[in-house]
Amino acid sequence: MRRDEIISQKIDWVTVLIYGLMVFWGWLNIYSATYDETQSIFDLSLNSGRQMMFIIASVVLILAILIIDMRFYETFAYFIYGGILFLLLLVPFIGKEVGGNRAWLGFGSFGVQPSEFAKFATALVVAKYIGTIGFRMDNLRNQIVLFAMIGAPILLILLQKDYGTAMVFMVFLLVFYREGMSPFLLLVGLGMAVIFILTLLVENNWILFGAIGIAWAIAIYFNRRKKIKRLIIITAGALVLAFTITSVEFIFNNLLEEHHQKRVMVLINPELDQLGAGYHVYQSKVAIGSGGFFGKGFLKGTQTKLKFVPEQYTDFIFCTIGEEHGWIGSLLMIVLFMGLLLRVVFLAERQKNRFARVYGYSVACILFFHFATNIAMTIGLFPVIGIPLPFFSYGGSSLLSFTVLLFILLKLDAHRMHVLQRL
Amino acid sequence: MNEGRKEVLQIVFVLIGLVFLIKLFFIQIVEESYKNMAGVNAIRKEIQYPIRGIIKDRNGKLIVYNNPEFDLMVILHEVKHFDSTRFCAVFDKSQHELRQLFKNFYTEIRNRKANQFQPFPFLRQLSTYDLAKIQDNIDEFPGFFIQDRTTRAYASKAVANAIGYVSEVSKKQLERDKTGIYRQGDYIGQSGLEAYYEEYLRGKRGVKYLMRNKDGVIKGSYEDGKYDTLSIPGQDLVSTIDLTLQEYGAFLLNGKAGSIIAIEPATGEILAMVSGPSYDPNLLTGKNYSENFVMISNDSLKPLFNRPLMAQYRPGSIFKIAQAMVALQEGVITPETRIKCDRSIIDCHGPHSNEDLRGAITNSCNPYFHNVLRRMLNKGKANNPFDDTRIGLAEWDKHIMSFGFGKRLGIDLPNEKRGLVPSPEYYDRAYGGRPWKFSNIYSIAIGEGENMVVPLQMANFAATVANKGFYFTPHLIKSVGSTGMPLPQYLEKHYTTIDSANFRIARDAMQRVVEAGTAQYRAKLKDIVVCGKTGTVQNEPNPDHSVFIAFAPKENPKIAISVYVEYSGQGGRAAASIASLMIEKYLLGGTQRPNIEEYVLKGKFLQ
Repeated sequence: MRRDEIISQKIDWVTVLIYGLMVFWGWLNIYSATYDETQSIFDLSLNSGRQMMFIIASVVLILAILIIDMRFYETFAYFIYGGILFLLLLVPFIGKEVGGNRAWLGFGSFGVQPSEFAKFATALVVAKYIGTIGFRMDNLRNQIVLFAMIGAPILLILLQKDYGTAMVFMVFLLVFYREGMSPFLLLVGLGMAVIFILTLLVENNWILFGAIGIAWAIAIYFNRRKKIKRLIIITAGALVLAFTITSVEFIFNNLLEEHHQKRVMVLINPELDQLGAGYHVYQSKVAIGSGGFFGKGFLKGTQTKLKFVPEQYTDFIFCTIGEEHGWIGSLLMIVLFMGLLLRVVFLAERQKNRFARVYGYSVACILFFHFATNIAMTIGLFPVIGIPLPFFSYGGSSLLSFTVLLFILLKLDAHRMHVLQRL
Repeated sequence: MNEGRKEVLQIVFVLIGLVFLIKLFFIQIVEESYKNMAGVNAIRKEIQYPIRGIIKDRNGKLIVYNNPEFDLMVILHEVKHFDSTRFCAVFDKSQHELRQLFKNFYTEIRNRKANQFQPFPFLRQLSTYDLAKIQDNIDEFPGFFIQDRTTRAYASKAVANAIGYVSEVSKKQLERDKTGIYRQGDYIGQSGLEAYYEEYLRGKRGVKYLMRNKDGVIKGSYEDGKYDTLSIPGQDLVSTIDLTLQEYGAFLLNGKAGSIIAIEPATGEILAMVSGPSYDPNLLTGKNYSENFVMISNDSLKPLFNRPLMAQYRPGSIFKIAQAMVALQEGVITPETRIKCDRSIIDCHGPHSNEDLRGAITNSCNPYFHNVLRRMLNKGKANNPFDDTRIGLAEWDKHIMSFGFGKRLGIDLPNEKRGLVPSPEYYDRAYGGRPWKFSNIYSIAIGEGENMVVPLQMANFAATVANKGFYFTPHLIKSVGSTGMPLPQYLEKHYTTIDSANFRIARDAMQRVVEAGTAQYRAKLKDIVVCGKTGTVQNEPNPDHSVFIAFAPKENPKIAISVYVEYSGQGGRAAASIASLMIEKYLLGGTQRPNIEEYVLKGKFLQ
């Protein structure tokens, strides 16, 4: 090997720095959310102590990722993907039940969630497939294969009733868009979500039908000189939206479980059930809101520490930041995430091969989805779904899988110049 | 291909971040309600009720102390998963009773006397037995907690009227309270010493901030108790009361309406102050306060009426002692002055005709003092009898009032009445501007007419005579807190306008009243020289009130006393008997005359 291959000179230290800040701050917050005055942050009986072990494990894992040859990931993408799918398949049968969800595979006293690792595996396989020579996004067969690739883990995770994690895979649509997929599908998806909420809000469905009709007419007018195929697609989209309206009641009442229905209704009307389904969001908002501008100070939060906010050290870890560090702290955290996301996009764009670029975008989009839904649910902009905040939330599977996700990209990035040499 | 798609994604990322920041700005900075809710949520302010000061008698016996009391409080807002069946089982209530309790609670909420965020006393005054049962299970009922405090307990029934009682501060009192000390649910002294010494007895409320988790389980103090304040116990009081004497007085006065006040002349300390009929003060503590209070205050015998300070009577013959001394001081008579018992204007009693001053006091000669008062009021200082009387009356008033008559003495109890010593202005008003002179007002000469006194003033008068011319304001508390001293106003000597030499005649005469006069049969003691004076307050058409004042021993007196027994006839009987028994009890430890005690106990004079 040549001397200039020393990894420390090529790795993107900006990303590493942001990663370090997030993990360290997250660790402090986990301590703050659970500590008991008498116990130290290193106490292994506390979540903070265990998180410290996870952090150490992450560092070991990072070193391993950096040492392993970069070609490993591309070469073994299908293999990794297949292995994870196999584990996911096993979970409903041999998994242990934690908090009502059977999502864990146990090895002794430790457990892992294969669904967490399915994200980077899917990112690898999608990148590998798109990176294949001769791949065309407008090729229907290629598209079907891609959708099957994200559809498989979604289905398997849905079997575990982990709806939150299943939704994460939808974010690959953003990656596909970047790689040439028509935005039309995204828009229809977005439209369906909006229509879904509006249907629950607006009593008279005919107003919505009318709105869709007007939108369809306008779209047809502007595209009147285009190919007939486009007109058909627009009409199909409008019909899908109209169908959504008629099916909302069915979906809501039959496909969603009762507690999901409530979570959606609570979002629409927060006053609805403050002690029941609305409890999470209500308490979470109280905790964040009570932080004010500067926050109550480290370890001074009362709401999170006293367990008013459920899962305050995992999915609702942001409450601790909001309460103890105030708006300033929230600003800092959001800036960190924006910095990371933009940096990852920057890294993705400077890759020399398509595999690495697609993988980079997958990393950015997965992180973005987690960040956006997690914060949105804690501040009452999105129904409560079990989505951890990357690098902040307590949990070994979550931290390790995000670490793997990010550092594979850093490894690829460190060797981006080699790609050309190899070709 | 795919130009600008990178930028689209970047814009989406940043846009979401901005949306969050704006939303957070509203939640964290603009909106206030979350901050308020957080306080309600996590921090329970627990009031530490102070222990009220206790009261002991002059010999260290307990009169008033505190009993622990436990209330079950509820914060409605925090009640969840309420299992009424379980609640009934733990708290030993029927479903019906529970419904009633909630009904009351909701009524209070509707009346805005309670709200769902503030602790409300759900079950009052749990017994310690209940408490033991409940304490283990209280965590099953989020929103409910036990508040401990103390309530008053009275070791003796005999001091009820003097001690007064304590109850929860009323809505009106809260509105009037400018100090901001009181909160709803606080106890406050409502009458007697409890009210007068309220500021010393009450102590200071403390506050403890406790952190709770979402189930309401206390997780320790907030910020290591940085904001906590300890409750400061009230100051203990030492009373001047001799509880043994007090109880004996109550025993003697049982079944009678009236009062007994015994004072230590050298200090003004009240040894006993009995009001009859009385009530059991323990009825006015605890759970049944309101019902019992209604019952007691509706009692036709008025047990809450504190006769020693509130019952106003005409002074009667006893006033002649004062009259004699004022006349001597004014120089209108000498001890040797003899006046014929001319019964044409004013009637008299007993066989006598031409007494000197001593004889006139001993025989309570009405015409003698009628004449003496005329000499005082009409000294010829003005040209017409009207102005002359006016000048004379003003001088007479000054002397009489220096004994403490016609004004509040300033005892350490509320609601003291002042009695009445008629002034010239009083008669102007009474006669509606028409002229008046001695012949219109002469009945004040013998303690009848417009004069009014309260029994306390009479006891104080006896003490003043015992002291030969001065008194200390009678008081019930000789030590406040750790000072060992009474309030400063009770250390101040009040002198009368009479020279101490002029008391000699009065004292000799009072000795003779007991030894050979109207009180000889029932107030005379073998080993102790008692000085006394009977009085009979006419009370047409009802039987007369029996009055007696006394002090003993004559030299270096230890006790001065006034006794009023309503509707019991002449002063020489019931009142003199009780007074002498009290003197015996205090000086000798008990009576040597069981027949007199029996005589007193037999008498029932309640109207």
